[in-house]
Amino acid sequence: MNNILKYRNYIKLYIALFLLLSPLSPFIITKIYTQNIDKGEVHGNFQTDCQYYEPDSMIGAPDVPEKFLMNGFANINYTNGKFSAGIRYESYLNALQGFDPRYKGTGIPYRYVSFTGDEIEITAGNFYEQFGNGLLFRSYEQRNLGYDNAIDGFRIKLKPYKGITLKALVGKQRFFFDKGPGIIRGADGEFYLNDIFKKLSDKKTQIILGASAVSKFQEDIDPIYILPENVAAFATRINIINGKINFMTEYAYKINDPSSVNKFIYKPGQALLVNTSYSKKGLGISLGAKYVDNMDFRSDRTATGNTLNINFIPPLNKQHSYALAAMYPYAVQPNGEAGFQGEIVYNIKKKSKIGGKYGTNIIINYSIANNIDKTKLPDSTYMGYESNFLCIGNEKYFQDVNIEINKKINKKFKLILSYLNMIYNKNIIQGLAGYRTIYANVGILDLTYKIKPMHALQFELQHLSTKQDYGDWAMGMIQYTMAPHWFFSILDQYNYGNPDTKKQIHYYNVSCGYIKKTTRIALGYGKQRKGIICVGGVCRNVPASNGITLSISSSF
Amino acid sequence: MKKIFILLLIITLSSYVFSQKKANHLPSVDIKTIDGKTVNPNTFSNDGKPVIISFCATWCHPCIKELNAIAEVYDDWQEETGVKLIAVFIDDIRNSAKIGPYVNGKAWDYDIYLDANNDFKRAMNVGLIPHVFLLNDKMEVIWQHNSYSEGDEIELYKLVKKISEGKNINDNTDLNKNE
Repeated sequence: MNNILKYRNYIKLYIALFLLLSPLSPFIITKIYTQNIDKGEVHGNFQTDCQYYEPDSMIGAPDVPEKFLMNGFANINYTNGKFSAGIRYESYLNALQGFDPRYKGTGIPYRYVSFTGDEIEITAGNFYEQFGNGLLFRSYEQRNLGYDNAIDGFRIKLKPYKGITLKALVGKQRFFFDKGPGIIRGADGEFYLNDIFKKLSDKKTQIILGASAVSKFQEDIDPIYILPENVAAFATRINIINGKINFMTEYAYKINDPSSVNKFIYKPGQALLVNTSYSKKGLGISLGAKYVDNMDFRSDRTATGNTLNINFIPPLNKQHSYALAAMYPYAVQPNGEAGFQGEIVYNIKKKSKIGGKYGTNIIINYSIANNIDKTKLPDSTYMGYESNFLCIGNEKYFQDVNIEINKKINKKFKLILSYLNMIYNKNIIQGLAGYRTIYANVGILDLTYKIKPMHALQFELQHLSTKQDYGDWAMGMIQYTMAPHWFFSILDQYNYGNPDTKKQIHYYNVSCGYIKKTTRIALGYGKQRKGIICVGGVCRNVPASNGITLSISSSF
Repeated sequence: MKKIFILLLIITLSSYVFSQKKANHLPSVDIKTIDGKTVNPNTFSNDGKPVIISFCATWCHPCIKELNAIAEVYDDWQEETGVKLIAVFIDDIRNSAKIGPYVNGKAWDYDIYLDANNDFKRAMNVGLIPHVFLLNDKMEVIWQHNSYSEGDEIELYKLVKKISEGKNINDNTDLNKNE
């Protein structure tokens, strides 16, 4: 006791110094520690999106009892040499319309520590990972769509020899603020032969081999069925590169895995992906094909929707981002589909007759997806159906032919012209019944006019014509940008061809934003049409809404 | 007790150092070249010249517009400052095989890398794209910018020039006056 009293002054001094230092710390640090002492770095980013909802029965906007909804997240990462750690705080108060309402409240669903050496990397906690092309395993996030199947567990990465990468992991998957019931175990090896074998090191042809295995465990508590508790899957891949030619293929196989998605059949699944390309400066040609049969793979056999996916079957079609071109986006059918895609990118040289003074760039893209040939079996076999590998069916799920021309006309004008012809099987792609297949044509004109070096006006005119669904649409947009800080935009999407004349509605929207370095603040007001928003490989349905939106993001 | 006090003081001070330290090195993650080779960004270099890293995607119109705009003046930029642009495509596997032909078809001269599962993007705390980083001769990030408007490349090049001349990017004095 006496001792404490004796040193009370020291303690006081310490507390006083602590309090004094807190606000002054930035100055002190810059004064004392201007030299680069490598003592670790803290970085992060955050984003928050809010919307105030106004009721609007005309466009079918659902009533929002909270009136105001907000999504937000913040990442903080700390790195010190070979050590790193981080967390993500997320909040949904409550989740914005269109996000899964199971995102509710706040929490820290993502945290990790990791050690990265030259030959070994160990991660404990949450992580994202992909084996090969993802046919067997991919955990990833699309924050702006509310998709996140991060693994919570352990991962080890080894690089024992030049050209060899080995990965192994065990964990459970994120399910909103919880975890899925299944345990995932996986391993992957990738071998860059030209690095491994000295003989091949100076050969023009490069070969990369890869193989992976993934297994999930989920208890069988079903009173009737005997369900496999362990489901294993395997994949192998090869990539051959010879100068301008690149060839890649991956094959994946999964043993019987009865689930809600495949209607509890005991048939094994398989998938094949092939990509090949030829390219040289000014010309690129790529071809891709895939065959998918019963390859939905999740860590919970009863899961549906965008949750607890273990693998990722890539859609083979162009990702459109102009509003009306993105009206009918394709979604992969893991229960069975065959697809093909071809793309040519060609640059007509500048100062040539057709290319003009600044050159012209043309992209032509074609993609198609059909069903696979299935023969139904009697239910007593539990196999569901029979299919022959690579046999394609006659039912068309999706087709898209499109061309994009990109041209700088002169110092003031830049032009992008685009045309699309689409076939969209609404019943299959959206999992509905009773709708007609949609045949749509879309034309787009995107013109940029440079007023001053840093000031520009952008005009977008888009038109979609179809006799099905909601009929014809027209869209106009004007955007004024003042680099590097400001933008103002006004747009109107007009559903003038809606067969229901009462629903021929203008979806107008005005927005403005301010950008400084990595901080972006955007404010908007207007109507949002009901539709599907896609980023990366996933899509979500967005209900119609009317109101004010505010979005703030930054990173440091 | 005195020792304990000093120890506490050191801990307090060093914790400030940890939290306030502002160095910006490239992280250690795996990304791929368009030929499928694994590369670690912390091995990026440009012989002591500045580097621009642009996070982009084939489906992102502003990203492509920015890369097109820089492509027009890239020869001049390189000649004057030796700057190198590294484009990191965050497209997922559905587009990975198309990026090589796409970039070639666009006749761009950039260094291209694929970040199909966004490990590099996450390690750099990139949210929305396009997101551009500017690195100095020591491969430290000294400036970054999010989104693209027509003319942003002019602002970017001003900074590239400052770095290549060994000036502080926050030095706002007119370049001509200094010369």
